[in-house]
Amino acid sequence: MATDPRRKADATRGAKTSRAAWRQQAESYLTHHRKVARDSAARLWQTPVASLMTWTVMGVALALPVALLLLLTSLEGVSAGWESSARLTAYLQLEVPLEDARELREEIGVDGRVAEVELVNREDALTEFRASSGLEDALDYLEDNPLPHTLLITPEESARSEAGVEGLVRFVQGMEGIERVQVDLGWLQRLNAMTDLLARAVWALSLLLAAAVVLVIGNTVRLAIENRRDEILVAKLVGGTDAFVRRPFLYTGAWFGLGGGVVAWVLLQLSLWWLSGPIERLAGLYRSEFSLNGLSVDGALTLIIVAMLLGWLGAWVAVKRHLDDIEPGEIAGG
Amino acid sequence: MIEFRQVTKRYDSDHTALRQVNFGLDRGELAFLTGHSGAGKSTLLKLIMVMERPSAGELIVGGQLLNRLPRRQIPYIRRHIGVVFQNHQLLFDRTVYDNVAMPLEVMGASPREAGRRVRAALDKVGLLSKEKMNPMQLSGGEQQRVGIARAVVNKPPVLLADEPTGNLDPELSADIMNLFGQFSQVGVTVLIATHDIALINEMGRRTLTLDHGRLVAGGTPLVGGASGH
Repeated sequence: MATDPRRKADATRGAKTSRAAWRQQAESYLTHHRKVARDSAARLWQTPVASLMTWTVMGVALALPVALLLLLTSLEGVSAGWESSARLTAYLQLEVPLEDARELREEIGVDGRVAEVELVNREDALTEFRASSGLEDALDYLEDNPLPHTLLITPEESARSEAGVEGLVRFVQGMEGIERVQVDLGWLQRLNAMTDLLARAVWALSLLLAAAVVLVIGNTVRLAIENRRDEILVAKLVGGTDAFVRRPFLYTGAWFGLGGGVVAWVLLQLSLWWLSGPIERLAGLYRSEFSLNGLSVDGALTLIIVAMLLGWLGAWVAVKRHLDDIEPGEIAGG
Repeated sequence: MIEFRQVTKRYDSDHTALRQVNFGLDRGELAFLTGHSGAGKSTLLKLIMVMERPSAGELIVGGQLLNRLPRRQIPYIRRHIGVVFQNHQLLFDRTVYDNVAMPLEVMGASPREAGRRVRAALDKVGLLSKEKMNPMQLSGGEQQRVGIARAVVNKPPVLLADEPTGNLDPELSADIMNLFGQFSQVGVTVLIATHDIALINEMGRRTLTLDHGRLVAGGTPLVGGASGH
């Protein structure tokens, strides 16, 4: 072709020109990206109801696993708090007098694994029980105090492992005058098992719903591709590369993701606000520090970015499947 | 610029659209392509546009052998070929300006450069005053001229036209043909597929005639190997 002399002239003009040309190329590339991003966002605004519906579907699908994840994190916080404060309760035999109970406290207190031992006098225990249980009248019928002296044993930091606590239980159990030793680790273990189970369920659910989001966006973008068939044909006809033709749809997917992420965040904040009162009351009843934590700023950003990635992925799947089918061969007719 | 060497295009085992077609078009040449419907005119144009690939023979456009051009390269070949259709393939969701600018947008031209070239192309076809209108508001002849402006806006060395005057009255057709003549004078190779025998006779240019996939007239090859760059 007749371009050779021009090319030679370009080459002799040196690197400065080529760098400028490269810069210009990059600039117009970025300009094009901005334009496509703006156009695809504008297209979503043009059909606000349809877009809002897609956003809501995405938002619900995203909010559900995130809500469960938040619940899970809060529960794990609870069990971690209790584990560190695991205490042994040793009930003495009823006939053991207070003197012997004091001796037992001294004996246990010198053990290396024990940080602190507290003796609860059976009379004090009854008074407290009377006050807090609301069974005053029933208790009045009892002739004797049914409660034994009790030792509350706090293990040393190093002995707070499961094995350490068990060893300590065996040691205390073996002493004279001890009726029973109780560790409230059973329910803690059950809670841990439950959070483990919940964690797996949340992950499985997240994967399923992520797949659903990808499919929903894929389907929506497929419709967008059908609607813009003529435009795609012309773009391919005048030499648009595959990347050029794909770009607006990938942006569309990402914008759907952005909207879906924001809707999910709003849904989460709303339900958190709605639930916070009852949760506080419930936690209060259990004398628990439990509180349902909302999404942090980082968390919200992550949620939105993940949503955009999912939208982009969905669009990519649709584009991959349907765009190659549209070839300008059919324009020219027979 | 365009060279067909023994090109055959078979669609199925029994349908052969082109049989051993041989011809060459030089730079700045304007030629007509004619024949009954189904003779293979569209297939021939599609081969040049790389919408179809030859079943046999060699097809060279602008010094590039198209037979085994990788799929990824096709867009870059199309940027060197302007096409005008009978139904002009304009997009009605954007202005005349944006329609004409599409080939430049695809190439990544800067907006300033694009503006300059789009206005030059619209000026050439006499529609500069209508750049902000929707193509739907234009007459058939004007729409066709927008299609032509889009085809030439990036100054392609090859211009193809498929029945460009199909829906137009003779006066408008002559206008359009005049435009094509002007492009060929500045070095563009123009190939026009048409039924319009009257128009062909009036122009007195080289005419390639297809009959059942065979080139029966006008198939003189390029002289002195002018194709071989």
